[in-house]
Amino acid sequence: MPPLTRWFVKTGLVYLVAALMVGTLIAAQSVLELPFDKLKAGPAAVAALGPVYFHLLMLGWVTQLIFGVAYWLFPTYSKEKPRGSERLARATYGLLNVGLVLRVIGEPANALQPQTGWGWLLASSAILQWLAGLCFVLNTWGRIKGK
Amino acid sequence: MPRLSRWFVRAALLYQLLGFSFGGLILFHKGVPFYAEVWRLLPAHIEFMLFGWTAQLAMGVAFWILPRFGGGASRGNEKAAWLAFALINAGVWLVAIGPVAPAWVTALGRLCELAAAASFGAHLWPRIKPVNGFGTSRRESVR
Repeated sequence: MPPLTRWFVKTGLVYLVAALMVGTLIAAQSVLELPFDKLKAGPAAVAALGPVYFHLLMLGWVTQLIFGVAYWLFPTYSKEKPRGSERLARATYGLLNVGLVLRVIGEPANALQPQTGWGWLLASSAILQWLAGLCFVLNTWGRIKGK
Repeated sequence: MPRLSRWFVRAALLYQLLGFSFGGLILFHKGVPFYAEVWRLLPAHIEFMLFGWTAQLAMGVAFWILPRFGGGASRGNEKAAWLAFALINAGVWLVAIGPVAPAWVTALGRLCELAAAASFGAHLWPRIKPVNGFGTSRRESVR
């Protein structure tokens, strides 16, 4: 297993745990009556955790695991570059994870304090994650072949 | 990687790109509002990411990797798997355009996805077996 795949998979596992922590928090909020409702924008912040939970799970865990395993196991690109461009693969890892962390911070922050500049964190996250997807497709497309 | 897996995986990559693009537009708008109509892309974003990307990639890799028959030469009934490929892609698009189409379009899309799952399951079921060596079951290797 190449080092970058180990990074993808280990980071994915961290996101899986983080997603379930957020999911537990969302579920516990209604049962334990956590004091979010006393904050002015508390309910909005809790509502914002829904997309955070789902994207930590589907992007941080599932998609990241797919990226890592595909980089490792898909047919080789060439003898000289068996896994295509390592630079693109590293860019995929960096962009995806920075983008996701910005979203995790930005989504509840923007809900708590809208129109105070937190929104640009979400906009930046959107661009970084889109670039990550593009880098992955560019680097993987040439490896989808018979041998 | 066999031909059908290449179709599955390439289609999955295209859906991933489309899904990321739609999701990116929605997230950007959530942070810095620029065009409220982008929210109409949400059902397509979800459909592309869950079924077009994740499920379809899993199907392509499963068709490629799971144990084969006859000393590793045959993958069994490939027609059922090809049918699944056609059905899941029809289903994804029908569900994606559902919000701007008559209600029966989404239902038909889900029906296509259901049929794709059944067809792919029919293909894959006999291949889920113990292996001895590279993709050959013990019983097959004795034959």
